[in-house]
Amino acid sequence: MSELAPSSAPADRPGHLELQSGARVAVVGGGPAGSFFSYFFLDLAERLGLDVQLDVFEPKNYAIPGPAGCNMCGGVVSESLVQMLATEGINLPPTVVARGIDSYVLHMDVGVARIKTPLQEMRIAAVYRGAGPRGAQERTWDSFDGFLLDRAAAKGARVVRERVEAVTWRRDRPQVKTRNGAPQPYDLLVAAVGVNGAALKLFEGLGLNYQPPRTSKTYIAEFFLGRETMGKYFGHAMHVFLLNLPRLEFAALIPKGDYLTFCLLGENIDDALVQSFLNAGEVRQCLPPGWQRPETFCHCSPRISTSGAVQPFSDRVVFIGDCGMARLYKDGIGSAYRTAKAAARAAVFDGVAREDFRRHFQPVCETIRRDNLVGKLVFAFTRQIQHRRFARQGMLRMVMREQQQARGAPRMSMVLWDTFTGSASYGNVFLRTLHPFFWCRLLWDCLRSLRPVRKTQ
Amino acid sequence: MDFRTLGKTYRNGEVIIMQGESGDCMYVIQTGEVEVLQRHGSEEVRLAVLGPGDFFGEMALFQRELRSATVRAMGEARVLTVDKRTFMSRVHEDPSLAYRLVQTMSERLRRVNAEYVRAASSHPFQKSAAATPPPADAP
Repeated sequence: MSELAPSSAPADRPGHLELQSGARVAVVGGGPAGSFFSYFFLDLAERLGLDVQLDVFEPKNYAIPGPAGCNMCGGVVSESLVQMLATEGINLPPTVVARGIDSYVLHMDVGVARIKTPLQEMRIAAVYRGAGPRGAQERTWDSFDGFLLDRAAAKGARVVRERVEAVTWRRDRPQVKTRNGAPQPYDLLVAAVGVNGAALKLFEGLGLNYQPPRTSKTYIAEFFLGRETMGKYFGHAMHVFLLNLPRLEFAALIPKGDYLTFCLLGENIDDALVQSFLNAGEVRQCLPPGWQRPETFCHCSPRISTSGAVQPFSDRVVFIGDCGMARLYKDGIGSAYRTAKAAARAAVFDGVAREDFRRHFQPVCETIRRDNLVGKLVFAFTRQIQHRRFARQGMLRMVMREQQQARGAPRMSMVLWDTFTGSASYGNVFLRTLHPFFWCRLLWDCLRSLRPVRKTQ
Repeated sequence: MDFRTLGKTYRNGEVIIMQGESGDCMYVIQTGEVEVLQRHGSEEVRLAVLGPGDFFGEMALFQRELRSATVRAMGEARVLTVDKRTFMSRVHEDPSLAYRLVQTMSERLRRVNAEYVRAASSHPFQKSAAATPPPADAP
């Protein structure tokens, strides 16, 4: 192996470490963050004429159904991310899209309302992160994570199908050791290991000031219903629930091919809360009559990041995706894309020193962090609505009228759409709720909510 | 309709964008083909045929001009819309997002320039004009 010397501090830019041709980059984790980083890093390097070697370490086989080949996630690619990926030239093929989503159905105890996409177009993709649920008989889809990793490999990334056992320093460079290989030094080490699993502990030995994000437990389950039943009861709509259940922030049923994915977010989701949710009348009403939870089914309780990591970068090391910074509750894959691309831009165009990441990577993390603070306000507001029947009725009345009228701005519908889908920033959603017409309409509908609301379904 | 596709389906001959209309989005072809047509008086000229992965209507993201051409589906085509607002808010954070658009627009400009020179060269009265490079904003 050649001695590493391609990254150095240029004389006119002290504190910077520029990557040059011949540099070696290690990406630990081949989920969306790792694959996006690899893809964009190699793409940007090619534009500059840099010849670099990039190794992605990912032991998971995304062709194996069940948890062994899955990165445990609800598997929704947001409307904005689908558009951005298409602009980047990454179009999700039908083999990867388990179902295109064109509308949301909002369920509350006071009624049901369908919210259609602004252009009535399927721009949200329900995907399987891995090869699908455990025990899937007839698999007609491909893994989303596998698709992205293949794209990175096609760009020139070398995929190493081994688990990383140790990450240490060799002089001033990080080195990576797998079970079957000798320690390999790199000019840049990218951590894209998420917040589930033990891989994050590998980085503790590097003596960084990094502190991992706080996390919360979620619940995801996959139930086989069959294509006909899925088409009849769910179609291309995702069903979201605003229920007055303690500790439950948000719940959704996501149609994917022959399966229905339950996704519950909130504060430490446990089995009692899952049972309360399944027993709720609003949920039963949406499922086929007589449906019972089977004895065995594929489910998991992954953790999601609820705050950003502290100091997610150092000299020659950067943390991206969930283990770096993620949006609160929504669009985790979108956050992976944003942080991965920001890190790739910083590494290729500026350098891999701590100062380079501070100036060119941290601003993106900071934007997400600030937006999450606003997101907490938005969810606090949503909770207030969840706890007050007259407010739920007022909100539902407003949505139903907007969906029935062809004219006029659908202010509440768009606020809910963007909050549920993660298509817009929380800041943008919050600003729109400050519009005087929004409040006048909502207050008027809340006052009128003394009269009963006619249910649509 | 396949439940696993994204975007919107247009039938054979269906107009996706119409020359002269205002627009605030661009389109990315997911499946199928579309033809780009421009009307000059009573004559309609086919400018290009685009396929999966290609985009059109991108000028609307950068200019407020009316659509310069009509785009029609050739057979069944599935097309994804990219909103100007979504695109612009992301480009603000990540200017490199526009690179592929600029690259494609540059290729199209180069092709149009070549067409211009070829057309001018073949016309007996325009040969002297062919020696002069066309302006950068020739299309």
